[in-house]
Amino acid sequence: MSSGAMKSVPMSQWPSDHRYSIPVAGDQEIVSITIDDKVVQVRRGELLIKAAQDHGTYIPRFCWHERMKPVGMCRMCLVEVEGMRGFQISCATPVVDGMVVHTTTDNVKSVQDGILEFLLINHPLDCPVCDRGGECPLQDQTLAFGPGESRFVEEKRHFEKPIPISDLVMLDRERCIQCGRCTRFAAEIAGDPLIDFGGRGGTTEVITYPDEPFTSYFSGNTVQICPVGALTASAYRFRARPWDLESVETSCQACAVGCRGALESTSNRLVRLLGVDSEPVNHGWLCDKGRYGYEWVHSETRVRAPGVRRGTELAVTSWPEALDAAATALRRVRDEHGPSAIGVIGGARGTNEDAYAWARFAKGVLRTDNVDAQLGDGLPASMVLGMPRATIADLDRARAIVLLGPDLKEELPVLSLRVRRAAVDLGVPLIDVAARDHGLTPYATTVVRHLPGVIDEAVAQVTAALEGIAGDGPVVVVIGRGSVAETADATVYAAARLAALPGVRFLSALWRANVHGALDLGLAPGFLPGRVTLEAGREHVAAAWGGVPDEMGLDSAGIFDAAKAGHIKALVFVGCDPVTDFPDRTLVRDAIAAVERVVCVGAFPDDAAESADVFLPTTVWGEQAGTTTNLEGRVMRLGRKVTSEGQALEGWRIAAELAARLGSEWNLETVEEVQDEIARVAPAFIGVDASLLRRARDGVVLPVADHLDELTFGPDRPAAGQSWEPIRSAAEDDGEGAPSTPPQPAVALHTWSGDAPAPSAAPIDAYALRLVVARTLYGNDRMVTASPSLAKFAGGDARLLVNRRDRERIGVEDGTRVRVISPKASLDLPVHTDPSTPEGVGFLAINRAGPGASELIDVSATVTDVRVETIT
Amino acid sequence: MAVKETLVITKFLRERTEDSWEYAAAREHNNAYGALEKALKMEPAALVEEVQKSGLRGRGGAGFGTGQKWSFLPPDIFPRYLAVNADEGEPATFKDHMLIERDPHQIVEGSIITAYAIQAHHAFIYLRGEFALGAERLQAAVEDAYANGFLGKNILGSGFDLELIVHRGAGCYIAGDETGLLSSLEGERAMPRIKPPFPAVQGLYAAPTIVNNVETMSAVTQIVNNSGEWYAGMGVGKSLGTRIFSVSGNVERPGNYEVELGTTFRELIEGLAGGVKGGKQLKFFIPGGASSPWLLPEHLDEPLDMDRATELGTMLGSGAIMVFDETVDPVLIAWRIAKFFAHESCGKCTPCREGSGWLEKVLYRMANGLGRAEDLDLLLGFGNNLAPGLSWPPGQTTICQLGPSTMSPTVSLNKYWGDEIRARLTADEARRKTLQVTPA
Amino acid sequence: MSFSDTERRRAEEIVARYPHSKSALLPLLHMAQDRDGYVTGEAMKDIAELLGLTPALVLGTCSFYTMFKRAPIGNLVVSVCTNVSCLVNGGPALVDSLRARYADDEDVHVEEVECVAACDLAPVMQVNYEFHGPVTSEAAVDVIEQYKSGALVARTISGSPVIAGSKAP
Ligand SMILES: Cc1cc2nc3c(=O)[nH]c(=O)nc-3n(C[C@H](O)[C@H](O)[C@H](O)COP(=O)(O)O)c2cc1C
Ligand code: SF4
Ligand code: FES
Repeated sequence: MSSGAMKSVPMSQWPSDHRYSIPVAGDQEIVSITIDDKVVQVRRGELLIKAAQDHGTYIPRFCWHERMKPVGMCRMCLVEVEGMRGFQISCATPVVDGMVVHTTTDNVKSVQDGILEFLLINHPLDCPVCDRGGECPLQDQTLAFGPGESRFVEEKRHFEKPIPISDLVMLDRERCIQCGRCTRFAAEIAGDPLIDFGGRGGTTEVITYPDEPFTSYFSGNTVQICPVGALTASAYRFRARPWDLESVETSCQACAVGCRGALESTSNRLVRLLGVDSEPVNHGWLCDKGRYGYEWVHSETRVRAPGVRRGTELAVTSWPEALDAAATALRRVRDEHGPSAIGVIGGARGTNEDAYAWARFAKGVLRTDNVDAQLGDGLPASMVLGMPRATIADLDRARAIVLLGPDLKEELPVLSLRVRRAAVDLGVPLIDVAARDHGLTPYATTVVRHLPGVIDEAVAQVTAALEGIAGDGPVVVVIGRGSVAETADATVYAAARLAALPGVRFLSALWRANVHGALDLGLAPGFLPGRVTLEAGREHVAAAWGGVPDEMGLDSAGIFDAAKAGHIKALVFVGCDPVTDFPDRTLVRDAIAAVERVVCVGAFPDDAAESADVFLPTTVWGEQAGTTTNLEGRVMRLGRKVTSEGQALEGWRIAAELAARLGSEWNLETVEEVQDEIARVAPAFIGVDASLLRRARDGVVLPVADHLDELTFGPDRPAAGQSWEPIRSAAEDDGEGAPSTPPQPAVALHTWSGDAPAPSAAPIDAYALRLVVARTLYGNDRMVTASPSLAKFAGGDARLLVNRRDRERIGVEDGTRVRVISPKASLDLPVHTDPSTPEGVGFLAINRAGPGASELIDVSATVTDVRVETIT
Repeated sequence: MAVKETLVITKFLRERTEDSWEYAAAREHNNAYGALEKALKMEPAALVEEVQKSGLRGRGGAGFGTGQKWSFLPPDIFPRYLAVNADEGEPATFKDHMLIERDPHQIVEGSIITAYAIQAHHAFIYLRGEFALGAERLQAAVEDAYANGFLGKNILGSGFDLELIVHRGAGCYIAGDETGLLSSLEGERAMPRIKPPFPAVQGLYAAPTIVNNVETMSAVTQIVNNSGEWYAGMGVGKSLGTRIFSVSGNVERPGNYEVELGTTFRELIEGLAGGVKGGKQLKFFIPGGASSPWLLPEHLDEPLDMDRATELGTMLGSGAIMVFDETVDPVLIAWRIAKFFAHESCGKCTPCREGSGWLEKVLYRMANGLGRAEDLDLLLGFGNNLAPGLSWPPGQTTICQLGPSTMSPTVSLNKYWGDEIRARLTADEARRKTLQVTPA
Repeated sequence: MSFSDTERRRAEEIVARYPHSKSALLPLLHMAQDRDGYVTGEAMKDIAELLGLTPALVLGTCSFYTMFKRAPIGNLVVSVCTNVSCLVNGGPALVDSLRARYADDEDVHVEEVECVAACDLAPVMQVNYEFHGPVTSEAAVDVIEQYKSGALVARTISGSPVIAGSKAP
C-alpha cells in the first residue's frame, strides 16, 4: 500500500508576485561596493539592504524581512545607485562589483519622508493605546525623519476596530500598512496560506476566509514580524509597554528543537516570548505553543512548597524535613533491597545541569542503573546516542531528507518549517515514510506508506528512491517514534538498514524538550554522562563520583514491569507525569500501587503525585538558568527571567541536597560550577565549560571537536533587533574565540552498531484496524492546559480517526461512538473520517484527556490491532 | 484637409464589415494563415530577424522594439511562453477592442507566428474580461484555427506544436501591465512584480515569457505577409510602419484611424476625426492615453513619432488621443483621471496606493469649487514622491508605471494653467470663508 | 450550490488546459458566476478544493477583480462609463438617471465603471457586457427594458453567452 505519488508543484513554489526568485543570498565571490563613501566587501549578488546592514548601514524598511523573499511593497528602502536612473529599492537590488550607493542623500531622505507621509495619511494616531507603541518603526521613523504636521486633511480610512482572525491573533485593519509580511509568512514560511490580501488599491486589507480562521500553528510569528500594531496577540494585548520590559535570551522548552527566543517580563511576570533569529536553529520562528506556553509558569496549579505524606494527604512541610524524608526512604530501600530496587524516571524536562545532577545522584550515589529519561515513547538510547548525527542546518545542504517517524508539524513544529524550507525553497528531495499523511506530506517528492510494524518493503522503496538522487550532501534521516502503538523495533530496523547506505546521517526527532540532554548526561540505562556506556566510562566516571552502578539497569517499561512484579520498591519521578505520558497507563498505575515509596520531583501536582510520599517542588523554565540540549545535540543557554514564587528549588540543587544526606558532598554552588564539572566528567562535553557556553552565540554542538568551525562568537550586527525585525542572538563577548586545539574526549564515545533484528512481520486480519498513536501539538499536556491562551486548544476526549471507507465498512455515521477492542481493553470512542489515514489504519492522539490510547496499548506487543464494533 | 489613412492591419476589417471575423471570410478574402504557412517554412531565428528589420515597436504603450524583445530570451531555457496582451484598459484606447471583435484571425495568426519565432509551445491571449463579444469571436477563431490545423500538434506538418488559450480577465486595469498580467494569468491578484528579472528572463511560471500587445501581433502577421523591409518603408525616424490611433472626446468623428507614423496630430484630429465637435475651439488634447502628459493646440503640427513625443515630455503610449474643447475644465479631467488611477492602483506600492487616493480627493475639491489656495502646490509637493522630478519620462518610486502616471494630469495643469488655477483656488478659498457660518 | 458532476467535469477540463492548475482560477470564478449570478461562498470553497488552494487565497484573488460580485446583484448589470471621453459626452448624467430609474429594481444593478474601450460610442453603456452607445438616458432605458422583457437576449452576469446550465437573466 505504498505509492511514489506524483505531486503537483506546491503552491509555495509559485512564481507569483511575492514568490520571486530574485537571488537573495549571493554567491561565494566577494566584491567591493561603496555605501555612503565607505568601501565594504560583500558577497556578490546578495541584497543591498542586507549587505548594508551587515556593514553598519541601516536602511529603513517595512516590508523586507531577512527570512522572506523581497516583495518591494513599502518602498521605504529606496536608495540612489550611481549609474542607475532614479531610485532603487535596496531590498530587491542584488549587489554587483563596484556599485556606488548613497543611502542618505537629500533626494533619498525626501522620498523616504514622502513614503512615511503616505503611510501616515491613513494610519490612526492611536500610539498610546497600541501594543506596538514604543517599538514601532513607523512611530520611530516618523519621529526621526517624518513630516511634522500632516498635510492630509481628509477623512482617514475606517474599518471596524480589531477583529479576531484566530483564537490568538487580532487584526486592526486601520493600522495595517500593507507590507505583506504576515501574508507572505503564512504562504512562504508556514505553508498555511489562510490569510491573504483582499480588495485592491486603497481598500486592500488582510483577510481570512470568513469561516476559516488563521489556525496556523505558527500564527504568532505574524504578530512578531508585523512592523506596526495591526496584528496583536490576544495573550499580550495591553499587558505591558515595551519600555517596561526586561528581556533575556533563552531556548523555548516546548519541544526538543529548542528555538531561540527572547523571554520578556515585567514586575516578575513573564509577558512575552519573541523568536530570536538563530541561523542554525530556528531562523527566528516559534510555534504558537512555544510562544504562548510561557503562561504555565505562572499557573495557579503549580506546587510551590515541599510536601510529605501524612496518611492520605500530602502535607506542606519545610525543605529540610522533605529532603530528610526522601533521603531516608531511598536509603532504606537501597540498604534493604539493594540499589536496583530503586528506579528513577524522568529528567527530560529540566536543564542539562539538573539531568547531570540526577544522573550523579541515581548512578553515583544510589548506584542504581534503573534510570530512564524516556517514558516508553522514544527510541533506544543506544541508538540515539551512537548513531551518526546530522545537524538541523544539514537539512539545507542535504542530498535528500527521509522522514522516518513522527509528524514533525505536530511534535517538533519549527523543525517542520526547516524541513519544509529545504524541500520547497532549496529543492531538497523529501522522502516521506509513514503510516499516514501528515503536515509535510504535501511537500514530499516520494511518498512511501506502510502498515505499522511492516517496514521491509518501505525501506526498499526508500533505498531505491535514494539511488536515483545524485549529489554529495548527506542524506538526513529524521528519525523518531512515529507511533507508540507499536514498539520501536521496526523503526530501529529501518534505521539500521538505512545507516548502511552512503552518506546517511540521523536527526533525532524525540520530542521532550531536553530529552537529548538527559540521555547525553546519563539518564538512560547502561549509560554514563557524556555518551559513554556504563562499561566504557566506568573507570573515568567512578574516579570523579566515587562509584557507578555495577550492572546495567532497566528502561521505563522494564522499571514499571519490575515494580509491578515487586522487584523494584521505590520510584523517583523527576519532572514527569508517567500516568499521562507513558503509553500504557494501566501498567504505570499498577507499578505505583505496588511500590513502597514514591518520590516526586516536579512543578505540578500530577497523577503520580497523588501517590507520592514526598513531593519536592522545582523551579521551571524562565525561573532558572542553565543549559539545554536540542535534538541535534546543540547545548544552548537558558535564561532566567523571573524569580519563582514560593519555595521551589532548581532540580540540581535538590539532587545535591539529597546526595549530601546520603553521604556524598558535591560542593557545587552555582550552575557554572555544574557546567564545569560536566565538562570535566562527561566525555562528550569536553571543552564545553561555562566559559564556552557563555560565549558561543548559537550554543555548542556535541562533541565540540567535530563542530569547531560552526562556533560563532560575539554579538551579531546589529547587536539586537527590534521585536518586529529578526532579533539577533546576542552572546557576551569575552574576547576569546574557539579553543584552538579540538579537545578530545577522555573515553571513546559510544557508537551504535547499526545491528537490529528484523521485526516480526505481523499480518493483520482483514477486519481489524492497526493503530497509529501519536501526539498532536495541542493536547492535555501541562503546557497547554495550564496556559490560558492555549487551554482552549487542549482538545477534548480521544477520537478514533479512520479512512472514509473503513468508517463505511463499520457502517456508522461520522462521529458515532463505537466499541474499540484491543487485546488489552475495550473502550467506547467516537469514530471520525480522516482523509490522512489510509484504509486499514486507525489513528488516536495519545495526549487526550479521558480513556483512550493508553488504555488500549500493551507496550510489550509489537503492534496494536483493534476491532471496531457498533454499539447496540 | 485631405488626409489618407494607410490601411495595413485594418484594411480587411474595413472592407468586410459584415463577416471579417469569420474564418471562411478571412481565409478566402484575406489570405488568413497565409503568413503562417510562410513563417513555418522559415527558421525561427530568421523570423526574429525579419521582425527586427521591420522596426516594429510594441503597440501596447511602452514602444519597445518587438524583435529586440524576442531576442532577449535566454538561449537555452525552455519551456517559454507567449502572453498576448488583449487587456486594453488604458482610458480612451479602443483599437484592440476593434481588432479582437473584427479581425481575430489576424491576431491568432500573429500569435502563432510569434510563438513559433520564440519557440513557445503554450500561448495565452489575456483578454479583457469586459469584452464579451470579443471573447466569443476570439474563442471561435481559435477553435477554427485548431480545426484547420493551424494550432495543436504538428502545425501544418511543420513539427511545431502550440496550444493557445484565450484567457478572460475579470475587470482590472493593472492586469494590462505585463507583469500584472502574468500574475493574473497565474491565478493571483494581478499585482505587478519587481523588475528585473524581466518577463523575457523570468515570466509566467518563472519561465521566459514574451508579452506582446494585440496590435503588435496583428502587425507581425502583415510583416510576414509582406516583409520587414516593406514595413520599415513606412513611418518616420525610429517610428516605423503604421499605427492605429483611437481618437475620442469632443471630436466630430471619434474612431480608430490607421495612419503611417509621422502623420501629424492635426491631420489626425482635424482631418480624419473631423475636428472639434460643434465648431468649438480646441483647448488641449491628451496624446497617448490617460497616463500621458497633455498637449496644447500649439502642438497640433507635431508628428506622431514616439521619439518626438518624448522630446515634448509626453508619449504616444497606447495611441489614444483625447480631445477637449474650450468649455472643458481641465481640472475636472485631471480629477477624473486621478479617480481612475485611484480605483485601479493595485495597492502594492505605498506611494501609489496612498498617493493616488489623496490626489483624487484633493483634485475633487479643486474641481468642485472647494479648493484651498495651496492645493496645487500640495499636489506637486507630495506628487514629487510619486513621480520624482515631475517630468516625463518620470522618475519612479513604485514598481510599475501606474504610480508616476497618476501625476501626469496634475503636472500638465501646472505647466499650462498653473497661475490661473492658483488664482482660482485662492478665490474659492476666499469665497468659502465668507460663506462659513460659525457653528452654534 | 456545490459543483454538480457535469460542472466538475467541465471545471477539470478547464484546469487541464493550463500548464499549472492555479491559472484556472479566473475561468472557474467566471464559470461559478455564470451559474449563480455571483460568486457564492460555496463556489469559492469548491474551487479552492479543486485547485488545492485555501479559500482565503480564492477570496483574495476574487476580491481583486471588479467583475466578480460576491453578493447577489440582480440579473442585469448595467455598466456606464464615466471616464473622460464619456464624461465630456454625458456619461455622468446617464449613470445618474439610470441609477435613479432603477434604484428599486432588484433585477437591475447600475454601476459606474472605468473606460470600457469603446470611446467612439461615448457615452457608452454595457448590459451584461454587451455594448450599447452612444445612448441617451431614454435610449438606455429602452435597451434595458428590452433585455428585461426578453426582446433582447442578455448574456450572463459574467458576460458569457447564455448556454445550458448557466443562469438565464
Ligand atoms: C499600468 C499599465 C497598464 C498597461 N496596460 C496595457 C494594456 O492594457 N494593453 C497592452 O497591450 N499593454 C499595456 N501595458 C503595457 C504592457 O506592460 C507591455 O508593455 C505591453 O503589453 C507589451 O507589448 P508590446 O511590446 O507589444 O507593446 C500597460 C502598462 C502599464 C504600466
Ligand atoms: S505603482 Fe501602483 S499599480 Fe503599479 S505596482 Fe505599484 S501600487 Fe500597483
Ligand atoms: S523594504 Fe524594500 S520596498 Fe519595503
